[in-house]
Amino acid sequence: MTAAEPQVGEEVAVEIEVDGIAMQARPGELLIAACERAGTYIPRFCYHPRMSPVGMCRMCLVEVDTGRGFSLQPSCMVPVSEGMKVSTASEAAKKAQDGVLEFLLINHPLDCPVCDKGGECPLQDQTMAYGPGETRFVEEKRHFTKPIAISETVYLDRERCILCDRCTRFADEVAGDALIHFMGRGNHTEVNTFTDEPFASYFSGNTVQICPVGALTAAPYRFKARPWDLSETVSTAWVDSVGARVAVQASRNRVLRVLGADADAVNWGWLSDKERFGFEALNSSERLSAPAVRQRGAAWRDVGWGEALGQIAAALGEAPPERVAVLGGARLTNEAQYMWAKLAKGVIGTDNVDAQLGDGLDPAIVLSLPRATIDDACRPGGTVVLMGPDPKEELGALYLRLRHAVVNDGVKLIEVTPGATGLSHLAQHTLRPRPGTTAQLAAALVATAESSPAADRSGTAADSGTASRGTGAAGASDADSDATNAADGIAGTGVDRSEFEAAARCLSEASDAVTVIVGRASLAEPAEEVEAAAIELTALPSVKFLPALRRGNVVGALEAGLSSEWLPGRVRLDDAESAESLIDAWPRMPETAGLDAAGILRAAARGDIDVLVLLGADPLNDFVDRDLAYRGLRGASLVVAVDLFMNDSSSLAAHVVLPAAGPTECDGTFTNLEGRVSPMSRKVTPPGTARPDWMIAADLAERHEPGSASDLDSPEAIRAELARVSNPHRLITEQALIQNALEGMLLERSDTTGEAGGWRRSGRPTMGRSPVGRTEPETGPAGREDNAGTREETPDGAFRLVAARTMYDDGVMLRHCPSSRGLAPAATAAVNPADLDAGSLGQGAAVRVVSDFGHLEATLVTDLGVPPGSLRVNWLAPGAPANALIAAGADATMVKVEAR
Amino acid sequence: MSLSEANEALAAEIIGWFPRPRSALIPLLHLAQEQDGYLTDDAMRRVAELVGATPAEVKGTAGFYEMFRFEPVGSYMVNVCTNISCLLWGGEELLDHACETLGVEVGGTTDDGMITLEEAECIAACTEAPCLQVNYRYRGRVTPDDFDRLVDDLRAGRLDIPRHGALSAVRQSIPAERLAGVVPPEQARAAPVWLERNSVEAAS
Repeated sequence: MTAAEPQVGEEVAVEIEVDGIAMQARPGELLIAACERAGTYIPRFCYHPRMSPVGMCRMCLVEVDTGRGFSLQPSCMVPVSEGMKVSTASEAAKKAQDGVLEFLLINHPLDCPVCDKGGECPLQDQTMAYGPGETRFVEEKRHFTKPIAISETVYLDRERCILCDRCTRFADEVAGDALIHFMGRGNHTEVNTFTDEPFASYFSGNTVQICPVGALTAAPYRFKARPWDLSETVSTAWVDSVGARVAVQASRNRVLRVLGADADAVNWGWLSDKERFGFEALNSSERLSAPAVRQRGAAWRDVGWGEALGQIAAALGEAPPERVAVLGGARLTNEAQYMWAKLAKGVIGTDNVDAQLGDGLDPAIVLSLPRATIDDACRPGGTVVLMGPDPKEELGALYLRLRHAVVNDGVKLIEVTPGATGLSHLAQHTLRPRPGTTAQLAAALVATAESSPAADRSGTAADSGTASRGTGAAGASDADSDATNAADGIAGTGVDRSEFEAAARCLSEASDAVTVIVGRASLAEPAEEVEAAAIELTALPSVKFLPALRRGNVVGALEAGLSSEWLPGRVRLDDAESAESLIDAWPRMPETAGLDAAGILRAAARGDIDVLVLLGADPLNDFVDRDLAYRGLRGASLVVAVDLFMNDSSSLAAHVVLPAAGPTECDGTFTNLEGRVSPMSRKVTPPGTARPDWMIAADLAERHEPGSASDLDSPEAIRAELARVSNPHRLITEQALIQNALEGMLLERSDTTGEAGGWRRSGRPTMGRSPVGRTEPETGPAGREDNAGTREETPDGAFRLVAARTMYDDGVMLRHCPSSRGLAPAATAAVNPADLDAGSLGQGAAVRVVSDFGHLEATLVTDLGVPPGSLRVNWLAPGAPANALIAAGADATMVKVEAR
Repeated sequence: MSLSEANEALAAEIIGWFPRPRSALIPLLHLAQEQDGYLTDDAMRRVAELVGATPAEVKGTAGFYEMFRFEPVGSYMVNVCTNISCLLWGGEELLDHACETLGVEVGGTTDDGMITLEEAECIAACTEAPCLQVNYRYRGRVTPDDFDRLVDDLRAGRLDIPRHGALSAVRQSIPAERLAGVVPPEQARAAPVWLERNSVEAAS
């Protein structure tokens, strides 16, 4: 091979000629995309760069000559080829486009003046640019009933539809919820749903955004504004930790619409409906707008900021540092998180700080394991191990990316979850370890993958999931010995042997880095199991991890030090050497290691916490143990809630509430689960006198210790200090943020292998690669842990509880969001049909799920996705919080089902 | 139950004929239509389940084919052609007559649920104009009297025509004198039906 010849995989440009100008296109690129890159815009309706081309609308007809003379061809269906000549503005092309538009407009109603799309409508714009100007059609247009609601939030006006197939393609190809489809034939064709089956997709709002006419409109935006009234800022979605990029649009100081921004590295322009319509909660009249205080038992009284902060500062001044605690903070911007971390640890001197409410992962896992990006996970031909929650329910935009990667790019998905997920039907291998055996299974997977003969990679068995063992004599003997090892390794996990071996082979054959998505599939199981399993998987060559944490900016909180035993910049509290720059910037350091969320609530319940700050936290609903949360909240002497709304916890126990500015009301940055820092921008002013969280912390810091925050008077100033004291943040400068405005910037990767080859858990001695016990060694109130379930066989008639989150639940933001208020599913108790045969209770029965610690009322359903012996409840159903069943620190929760 | 037990078994067999379950969609829809005379929502849901599609996809696919019906129809679908050849030979008049005889509008079903009347575009039997179909079985050169006799026969069950939706492995049989093709001169009519009728009306 000579140097001039192209290397394998290297792209060779294709020379084409567009309107007489020579240009280079990428091989396989569609003509319409190549022309657009070269600056020649070809009109289109159906073509969308994130979906497969269909050639439905014919608007992109251009003249193409591939050696046989010019002919009209749809440029969205024609890949470029060498020497292709294109004429986009010839008489024939113009006449064709003109004709297509005249036909499209034949049945299109002239209701532009009352149409939401008017002013930003591709049909309107392209008619002006390419259209005939007037119609020759004098007959009666087609009529349909004006908008029909195809879901709670999406309305369909069939008269306006030009049948471009974008929404139906999105539903089928991208979301995988083909609940809308073309119905009828010929002149009667319309987009519609099946009878009585609404377009109930978590992603339905995307169809409104990509509709090239006003056929699909979203309930929250209908008749609210005209596009020319809106002003826009690019920001980051705050409802989950994917950090999808969005465009926030407002008019007259009110956010009216959120659209997906196409950031190639993150969300590709797609959003879940929760991200898209969640802003409605921010416009709620229930928002806190003034500080308020109450004495125990008395009514709330609105006060000025001075009085409220003075009361808190006085309490902080009297309380010894170790009797102060801060819970929550995932809602905040990075700057506010750092400011609160500095206030708590550097000014007050307490380490009792936890941004997670027992529902996340050990910060050591999130901060120290080599972290993958979404692009790493979705790299064509890669391998992903899903060992966490259902991405479809918890991390919508990530689900869409993963689904695309598995369906279109040959990414192999190995699912290691306690039940079916939204990706199960796409998984190459599915392993359902019995709860409590995930780490053991992970160890066995690694051992088997490592011992698989690497030579097999080139063999016929390569990466075909159905390849059977033993293609040759030598292979057969190896396979046999592997099988024996595996038999030892997976005994008791309940995993199918051949499936296990296939998965291990898949891992050993992974030519690229393996990405492990690690998170809490069930909040009824302690985090230790999946954390230990993740540590086992670090033995795979060049493995990377993507922490599947749900809460908004939770990764940012951990990076900023809002976690016990950690300081900003992934520095451990006891690592004085690395903390030098912090010591310079902070007046003091916590003297002793603090408590995590469970520890804080236990201490509060004992009366050992004087000031408990809830930073947007609702422990009563979000902490894994409702009883402990209740006792903790009641036990603290002064409970301060900094929040957008009153929630169940602050209503129960807060003495002071401080209104905070919402995500569209303050500037700052957001860190997503990849560690990608992207800007959040202020678009409107907060209600009443609500203040940004960082300002509240800075004010309290000044009151507690004058001078400690005197120069931290803006998000930029705080960001600059964070970049100074935290090594991973050092590249996050104003200029860098502006340069990477769309995709954001990745925090420095932690590609090191941690400390001395092992990951030291918070509050635990350095551990090797073995499963570990509970984080919280302390025994709680009388005997609760003693009653907790064990890893032994399930007692007769009892189920092991799986508590999984759903996209919509009874969270306080969703409660105040009109478009999603009714979408939270009622409490269900799902069991495997095989388990139901024995009992007298049937599908749909009203039941009471009872554990040793509490009960909840639910409807019994059967679900093949739930393994036998388990019972799945949704985490936060309206009126039936699953954390009532769970005791913090228990290994597992056993429940029984009773009729009611 | 959306599909009867026997049809469930048949459906399983049909799915087995194809490499992918989805390919069995159309045959399964035929099966469902044979069972109920039209496609019920429940049946479409069941078919969707069987082939691994969503109900919307099933209905959307079925909607492409006009022979799949989504509303109840009579036991006999009568499609009267009014396209050009039939129009010239009295198709419109035949359709008017049919409406009058049956007492229904075009698209309607008789009260006894026996007959649904529809207007059809060309059914490719121009040599037999004016023509119609009864459950897709052709009848050509239909005069109003022929039509009345046809209705009587259908109501009396004298014709060997299975009810709408029934699948049949038997090819339609056309009586020798009705066979399409060149008409021997001695069988040719002097004038089209409508001309004959017009001349009768003009005379009276």
